[in-house]
Amino acid sequence: MSLRIGIDIGSTTVKVVVLDEGNQLLFRSYERHYSKARERAAETLRSIEEKLRGQQVRIAITGSAGLGVAKAAGIDFVQEVYATAAAVNTFIPDTDAVIELGGEDAKIIFFGGALEERMNGSCAGGTGAFIDQMATLMNVTVDELDALSMKHEKIYPIASRCGVFAKSDIQPILNQGGRKEDVAASIFQAVVDQTVAGLTQGRELKGKIVFLGGPLHFIAGLRQRFVETLKLDEEHAIFPEDGDCFAGIGAALCATDFDECSFDDMLERLEKSVDSVGLVDTMEPLFSSQADYDAFLARHNAMHPPEVDIHTYSGDAWLGIDAGSTTTKMALITADGGLLYTYYQSNLGNPVAVVLDQMRKIYPLCGDRITIKGAAVTGYGEDLIKNAFNCDAGLVETVAHYKAAAHFNPDVDFIIDIGGQDMKCFKIRNGAVDSIMLNEACSSGCGSFIETFAKALGYNIADFSKLGLLAKHPVNLGSRCTVFMNSSVKQAQKDGASVEDISAGLSISIVKNAVYKVIRAASADDLGQHIVVQGGTFHNDAVLRAFELELGRNVTRPTISGIMGAFGAALFARDLHLDKSAILPEAALATFSHTAKPTTCNLCTNHCSLTVNTFDGGRRFISGNRCSRPLGKPKAENPDLMVYKYKKLRALEGKGSGTGVRGKMGIPFGLNMYENLPFWFTFFTHLNFEVVLSPESSRKLYLKGQHTIPSDTVCYPAKLLHGHVEALVEAGVDAIWYPCMSYNNDEGIGDNHYNCPVVAYYPELLAANVPLLKQTKFLNPYVGLWRHKDFGKRISKLLGEEFNIPRREVESAVKAAYAAYEAYVHDIRETGKLYIEYARANHMPIIVACGRPYHIDPEINHGINDLITSFGFVLVTEDALSYLEGYAPRKVLNQWTFQSRMYNAARYVCTQPDMQVVQLVSFGCGTDAITTDELRDILESGGKLYTQLKIDDISNLGAVRIRVRSLMAAMDARQARQ
Amino acid sequence: MAELVYDKTGRLLFTKEMKEEYTILFPTMLPVHFGLIAKIFQMEGYKLEMLTTNHRNIVDEGLKYVHNDTCYPALLVIGQLIDAVKSGKYDPHKVALLITQTGGGCRASNYIHLLRKALVKAGLEYIPVISLNLSGLEHNPGFKLDLSSLRKAVFALVYGDIIVQCANQVRPYEVNPGQTERTIKRMEGFLLGQMKRGRGLNFKSMVKHFDHIVAAFKAVPVHGEPKVRVGVVGEIYIKYSPLGNNNLEQFLLDEGAEPVVPGLTDFIIFKIYNREVDVDIYGGKWAKKAACGAFRHYVEKCEQAMVDAMKRGGFRAPGTFSDLRRLIQGYLGEGNKMGEGWLLTAEMLELIHSGTPNIVCTQPFGCLPNHIVGKGMIRKLKDDYPNSNIVAIDYDPGATKINQENRIKLMLANARGLAKQEAERQQKEQAGEAVHA
Repeated sequence: MSLRIGIDIGSTTVKVVVLDEGNQLLFRSYERHYSKARERAAETLRSIEEKLRGQQVRIAITGSAGLGVAKAAGIDFVQEVYATAAAVNTFIPDTDAVIELGGEDAKIIFFGGALEERMNGSCAGGTGAFIDQMATLMNVTVDELDALSMKHEKIYPIASRCGVFAKSDIQPILNQGGRKEDVAASIFQAVVDQTVAGLTQGRELKGKIVFLGGPLHFIAGLRQRFVETLKLDEEHAIFPEDGDCFAGIGAALCATDFDECSFDDMLERLEKSVDSVGLVDTMEPLFSSQADYDAFLARHNAMHPPEVDIHTYSGDAWLGIDAGSTTTKMALITADGGLLYTYYQSNLGNPVAVVLDQMRKIYPLCGDRITIKGAAVTGYGEDLIKNAFNCDAGLVETVAHYKAAAHFNPDVDFIIDIGGQDMKCFKIRNGAVDSIMLNEACSSGCGSFIETFAKALGYNIADFSKLGLLAKHPVNLGSRCTVFMNSSVKQAQKDGASVEDISAGLSISIVKNAVYKVIRAASADDLGQHIVVQGGTFHNDAVLRAFELELGRNVTRPTISGIMGAFGAALFARDLHLDKSAILPEAALATFSHTAKPTTCNLCTNHCSLTVNTFDGGRRFISGNRCSRPLGKPKAENPDLMVYKYKKLRALEGKGSGTGVRGKMGIPFGLNMYENLPFWFTFFTHLNFEVVLSPESSRKLYLKGQHTIPSDTVCYPAKLLHGHVEALVEAGVDAIWYPCMSYNNDEGIGDNHYNCPVVAYYPELLAANVPLLKQTKFLNPYVGLWRHKDFGKRISKLLGEEFNIPRREVESAVKAAYAAYEAYVHDIRETGKLYIEYARANHMPIIVACGRPYHIDPEINHGINDLITSFGFVLVTEDALSYLEGYAPRKVLNQWTFQSRMYNAARYVCTQPDMQVVQLVSFGCGTDAITTDELRDILESGGKLYTQLKIDDISNLGAVRIRVRSLMAAMDARQARQ
Repeated sequence: MAELVYDKTGRLLFTKEMKEEYTILFPTMLPVHFGLIAKIFQMEGYKLEMLTTNHRNIVDEGLKYVHNDTCYPALLVIGQLIDAVKSGKYDPHKVALLITQTGGGCRASNYIHLLRKALVKAGLEYIPVISLNLSGLEHNPGFKLDLSSLRKAVFALVYGDIIVQCANQVRPYEVNPGQTERTIKRMEGFLLGQMKRGRGLNFKSMVKHFDHIVAAFKAVPVHGEPKVRVGVVGEIYIKYSPLGNNNLEQFLLDEGAEPVVPGLTDFIIFKIYNREVDVDIYGGKWAKKAACGAFRHYVEKCEQAMVDAMKRGGFRAPGTFSDLRRLIQGYLGEGNKMGEGWLLTAEMLELIHSGTPNIVCTQPFGCLPNHIVGKGMIRKLKDDYPNSNIVAIDYDPGATKINQENRIKLMLANARGLAKQEAERQQKEQAGEAVHA
């Protein structure tokens, strides 16, 4: 038998192994390929040529990026999960499961019984690439990240679904002073959760588990998180010595079945294939010539503010600080906007230290000549910096950017800012911010994404983006969220695209994301005539050029585009017209100290992760809170219909007016039960059941049911149901009532009255996927409530069969249930009226939260309602208003009851000057892809602002805060205009 | 030039003059079925053209004019139509767009509205959009489905199914490359010729035509060992349309597999049957139920005839609608009707039962019904049928072919592994029997 070679070409690395007849490992290597996979593999083989020259060998290629190489070189290909399974079967035969993490793949293989393999879907979250991205974000190497994680004290919840979501979770923690050690461990925990949640899909991970792949091989902190989470002891957690190249070993084993060939022939074929280039989808170059580029530069460099020499100037000055997500920007200006001092740097995860450092530089430069008359802060770190340095004012980013842009171009009608993590765009109409578009988490992280990618390919960001400027054939990478771009890039690399073309392609993709995903523009005219671009990402000439080409018009990029937020904040400080700034004087900086301590608030069930920042002189700042209670102030108690409804529904358990003799009927407190519970509670208590509600939703409850979720991309409200039904079984109920409902109530305001498919049929999914439900009577029949008589007949039959209840009794319960539901609906409407009257009597603005009934669940909305009322709003919900408008034809098929309510509520809001709409959208909600556009149309054509808050399993109130504050600023501006 | 006429809700109508002047464009889903329908409409005097375009700009146009979180088929269908309108091949003032509308609680029933929104956004709001549906939605004076054309359309679908079903069983084994495709073309020509003469449109002659079609495919010379069979189920557009599923069938063929794609007839019956089920579950007019029942029985009769003809001709015949209804018991209720509803799971069951346990379950990324009836049922199927080998593949503008193909390859590797195990087991059994003997 001959030697066998296995080559595993992954997304970031190449692994080569050689096995002898006795399955002994003769050679192994593990190397990064920096997108030159074929070359790397060939070089490695060349390096061991001496040992193998002239021999007959068997060879197989495996790995996610190996297919193209195998095809081009005419070498057999083995799918990598299959290869891994072969290796494990051979070397660790009594394994129960394998967890393998790669650069962009995550896999679980279950042995025992039927072999089952799972791979992550089209999402690359929770893999090596994700860890790389996170390390870049924290400005450490992966090794340092690992070391940090070993010293953690607490774990923060971080969205594990994809890197971009995680970024939006990590950034606020860092900005608000969270410890890097804790964040590092939390990142690894997120990977564990992603793997367990995404891939087990109902099958338990137990017994002897083998961990494979590069990240698990090299990162001890990650191993620790897995072992702790899965509660494994040493015997059951196996980390093989060659765990980083098991797939390669498996390929070599599989090669046994393939034909022999001569090593020299094979190597020659592989090397020759290096030059073969596949078909790449390409686009026009950004610049056709250097001269073209020079003209472009000259045009943009003309836009700059006056520069004033800080060493000679004497007079007043104003300071603006933009504590952004990844960078800190500062500007010190004179009364006419002249720049005395500017600063733009990565904040290295600690904005306080950066600002302190800069302040210590600025004061000596000012000397006695310059007096700082005001200081304002904007950006993610606004609160922290404002408290740390006693700044005079804080303002929301959108306002800061508008102030700056208007300084350069008073006619500006559209501003787009792409920063490290956010995109902000807004229109200016009649001198005020008119409509604000922030990126949803799915396409955020654009600036830092290029940076991560540059690093992955071995470049720094500046060099990398320059490469693209004169690229001949930019690769078309599509316009999806950045994490998916990873795969597109991988494909382009496979097809032989050059780094130059990829660089240009990435710049173009980011622009497409901005234009088509965030702004959702069909043409340049949708944006405006006078477009000002800013933010660090537009520093990148390739991005700017791509933007101009995409829009087909020239735009304005001030030379200080990177510090426009800070510049705007400084202008804002100037316009405060203060006599004296409260900012810490030079002397105070000498004794400045700052410590950040993480803690958990236990004042309510939200259990916010707080960070307590303590500064010298007893200044304290607490971040991470949703309400003012941990700050020692009483919670604002403005009328809030979400709270009212929630309390009212939650009270619907127990025996009611009945005896409860028929046993305990469990009802999961989720999805449409938030609408139908008043009905079912009365119905069952009337029949002498005791109604048992599942516990209030919580992250813990979600994690409890997480392992049985079959579809990772379904919305969070649905995912929560798994925990709810498990909790009911454990509570020992006699039966669980959770009917399937294709149709909702017919309120006469739509073209039909459906539920969405997930709400309608989730009970069937639970029945098929939650094994625990076999221990109880899980009743999930099809029912429809809108035909009262028909419902009565059918439910009588059903309950007769299931519980032997006489028809007469059921029919009377049905009557009572309809009456109870009517009363509930009436009560909500009346209470809404009262709240609106209260608001008007006290001159408070009203926010109408448009969502689904289940969005009142605090675990789903993460306390957004508290945040809104804390800003001085009265909050009512869509169902309190929707009845005030009748049916009207819509431009979309208006066929879902809950959604119809939102359209009607929005139409009503358009008639009320003191109301604004905030739409709550759950990630993964397919129907909202339709409702969001329609709702925006209704509101904008009614002269209202449109604000959308996207919510997921992780609370990131930072982004919500920006939106709500931007909305408030826009409302103020409108009022001022009138 | 035809005047633009609107109905009282403000919808632009397709008028009788337009029928004379306008070219009606419609997107492809099933090339054979839709091609037949297009020809039938042409015979009725419509200038109808099925779009067979397949290039990147379709996706780009879709991204531009459709909310990006909307399902991928909407993006593709609308992108394909707008791409065609803008291509310069047609006078935009002399085209109308035709799109199917299923109705139901899934997002898909919104496609036509999204198309109209997209047209407004693209400044093409003067282009009329025609809804093709069986629910009596949206009438147009210039586009009427009378009973005879409806019947022809139903016939075209059943004919399409039998042609595709037979072709799929021959194509992977054909001795002369391309002969299967040529046979398909020949059969299309034959059927249209017959229809033109008013033949093939009653039950009796349909059965005769079935036999003719089956015989034509049986006559295609084949060779080689049986290949691994791979079933394809899923959201209807992604399942069938090569544009939507990155040429999945061709990929499977290239990988040495035989694709098994359940036909469209069951879906039509399913949609009719849902109306009957609704009356049972929720109440309603018995007359409506009876009418639907009669229609369903007729289509089921056609399906049964197709199954019989395939069996007579020596082909592996698909299960009938009543087989599917039987199989779904214990999995999903018949009230599960949005999107492909219970039919999708039933098709997987039918494939498993008929010796095709290897299945690709296709869906657009984030497809709502498929959370339940696709991915949501795989666990239970695996528990009940340990040999089932199902891979769920998501399609969207950002998903790359390489990731999808890699997952399908894993499924194929498993399929081959399972086949090998099964062969070894059988060998052992035979050896055991030999010893006993």
